[in-house]
Amino acid sequence: MSHEAALHGHSEVISHDAHHDEHHVHHHKETFISKYVFSMDHKTIAKQFLISGMIWALIGGLMSVLFRLQLGYPDQSFPFLEDILGRWAKGGRISAENYYALVTMHGTVLVFFVLTGGLSGTFANFLIPLQIGARDMASPFLNMLSYWFFFGASIVMISSLFVQTGPFSGGWTAYPPLSALGEASPGSKVGMDLWITAMALFVVSSLLGGLNYISTVLNMRTKGMSMTRLPLTIWALFFTAVLGVLSFPVLLSGFILLLFDRHAGTSFYLSDIFISGVGPMDHEGGSAILFQHLFWFLGHPEVYIILLPAMGMASEILSVNSRKPIFGYMAMVGSLFAIAILAFLVWAHHMFVTGLNPFLGSVFVLLTLLIAVPSAIKVFNWLTTLWRANIRFTPGMLFALGFVSLFISGGLTGIFLGNSTLDITLHDTYFVIAHFHIVMGVSAFFGMFAGIYHWYPKMYGRYLNNTMAYIHFWVTLAGAYLIFWPMHYEGLAGMPRRYMDYSNWESFKQFAELNKFISTVAMIVFAVQILFVFNFFYSIWKGRKVTTQNPWESNTLEWTTPIRPGHGNWPGEIPEVHRWAYDYSKDGRDFIPQNEPIGPDETTPH
Amino acid sequence: MTDSVGSQRKKIHPHKFTLWVALASIIMMFAGLTSAYIVKGSMPGWINISLPKLFYYSTGAILLSSVTIQLAEKAFKERNRPRYRSLMTVTVVLAIAFIVFQLYGFKELYNSGIKMEGSGAGQFLYIIFGLHILHVLGGIVALIVMFLKSYSGKIRSYNPVPVEVMTTYWHFVDFLWIYLFVFFLLKM
Repeated sequence: MSHEAALHGHSEVISHDAHHDEHHVHHHKETFISKYVFSMDHKTIAKQFLISGMIWALIGGLMSVLFRLQLGYPDQSFPFLEDILGRWAKGGRISAENYYALVTMHGTVLVFFVLTGGLSGTFANFLIPLQIGARDMASPFLNMLSYWFFFGASIVMISSLFVQTGPFSGGWTAYPPLSALGEASPGSKVGMDLWITAMALFVVSSLLGGLNYISTVLNMRTKGMSMTRLPLTIWALFFTAVLGVLSFPVLLSGFILLLFDRHAGTSFYLSDIFISGVGPMDHEGGSAILFQHLFWFLGHPEVYIILLPAMGMASEILSVNSRKPIFGYMAMVGSLFAIAILAFLVWAHHMFVTGLNPFLGSVFVLLTLLIAVPSAIKVFNWLTTLWRANIRFTPGMLFALGFVSLFISGGLTGIFLGNSTLDITLHDTYFVIAHFHIVMGVSAFFGMFAGIYHWYPKMYGRYLNNTMAYIHFWVTLAGAYLIFWPMHYEGLAGMPRRYMDYSNWESFKQFAELNKFISTVAMIVFAVQILFVFNFFYSIWKGRKVTTQNPWESNTLEWTTPIRPGHGNWPGEIPEVHRWAYDYSKDGRDFIPQNEPIGPDETTPH
Repeated sequence: MTDSVGSQRKKIHPHKFTLWVALASIIMMFAGLTSAYIVKGSMPGWINISLPKLFYYSTGAILLSSVTIQLAEKAFKERNRPRYRSLMTVTVVLAIAFIVFQLYGFKELYNSGIKMEGSGAGQFLYIIFGLHILHVLGGIVALIVMFLKSYSGKIRSYNPVPVEVMTTYWHFVDFLWIYLFVFFLLKM
């Protein structure tokens, strides 16, 4: 039977009756364009997201190296910077304006284009149909649109780097008035318009993707795949999509009001502003805090949109490579659910220093600290999954372990910052930078790397090179801690964020050598990421070939497809599922795939 | 695999389900805007307005269009093409009438001195109602596409899913308007 019947659900089965006898997967004529460019195959779309995300990660990472160069060596000039940045780095020194632009773009690119688009775009697309036993997404067409909106957003965002007044430079959170008044700074002019346009396209892309992920998980599961038999990856990607679908529209509302403030003369966010050199502004009666509420209502769920896919993939990879069932499956699902709910109730903890009512603040403190409970459950379950396990240290496993380590270290500092009393001192210091880079930046990257190393054989039918993978892992792990650990001390000493030069500042001069050290490590870590990218592309063509269907001896359905699956995933019928995804080391057997029927005298659980 | 399709027959069609999720998403967008209205409305310097009467007419038009599209869906399922087409035409006309009333409502408000400058109820109204109009316009485009499809001679599809999806969306923009209208009435 043609796979289209399954793709489009029951209603079109009637009209496709004629195709019932055909069994081949490739019955469409595929051209280069339909196969690799405007593809509707979820696996190709996943690779498109992944490779676009990698390009973005290189751009965003390079930006951080450039401004770390400034922070580490504020007294030196680097003539090559003028070659790259032109008049933004006259005489080899980054200008103040450009420093802010680099920081802003680094944040925007990494948070949205890499860790949202690149991470859920890749793995939700790749894993959802393969692991639930579907031939494609609920709507392959919307799925394709989702990528091309992302591509459009990328083009607009990149083009903002090349406009005369420069890209937006008011911080990735785009707080007004810097984001609302063109007069406020060079980056607030056309750069900001392009930024909003790109973000609006990005929101559309995320929504189209999210809609698809949710309805695919809920409607397209194969026979026997009940929700409680889903691998944890799917649960995590599902909650991620729910968070995105419910929070991105609110960000869009915030941006719409912002656009009107910029171009239609309204003043939702603006009041009583005097710009030196320009004079007083006409805007009156607005509230900049209003934007912060709308922004962080998305912004906090966004943190979990970034983190949940990494948690899900780490859970799966840890279990497979421990050769043990995941500990506390239902508790893992429940904690994902709790995190998804709490994600919507804690946004004001980003706003403790805005003059928030202290009583309201204490409510948000309580809700914020509650997140520690599901987070701790997850950590406990990961550790107990590892307890007395037969660990296989594959590169994917190493990155999953690294993820757990970083999530613990970064999560602990979250308890400091979640307390409004402590936050008032620590807010806007390097402590915050250290916290969020470890807990959601680097750890989400580790989850992503774990996923790439683990599912690369399924994506390309080849393995990544292990030696390069081990170098990549150890240098990145050590580097991540060496970069961000010292920042906690700087932050506790009160060193503020968002300054490009601390050398004339009596209190923070002492950190000059430390800053130099951090910058050096950052450059080394960036170089190792280039090694990874090289490994990635090299292995697509030259990697060791996968010769068995199930190289990791894993239970989930994606390993029941051919080594290089076509569009439609399974050449014959979709396998039926008889058990959960974590029957490892059970009844004397190393692993029992999900599609194997329950034996007569098998012990529970299954 | 026939079995797996068979078991899906009992479930909601994926396209319909996708629509429901999309509607939740649209609701969040308007919930964001109306919460912003409430937050902003509690701050000093808030300027209120009175709603032009025209918005009652537009409410009538969109409510009526919900009825006609429901009848159109019924006609489609009874395979009564001519009736389906004429009811779709009436729906489009009512939808356009709704938008025209809205725009005249804006004009009346604008002429009474509520310009874009400021951030009171009037400015929120322009933006929130304007975004609602965009959602109605999207619906009109889809209605017209479906209307033209019913003239396509080659494939005669009796698949009710697209019509049902359209009807659901249309009831939704109607419901959304009622919510927004009542919200503004209560806040006046």
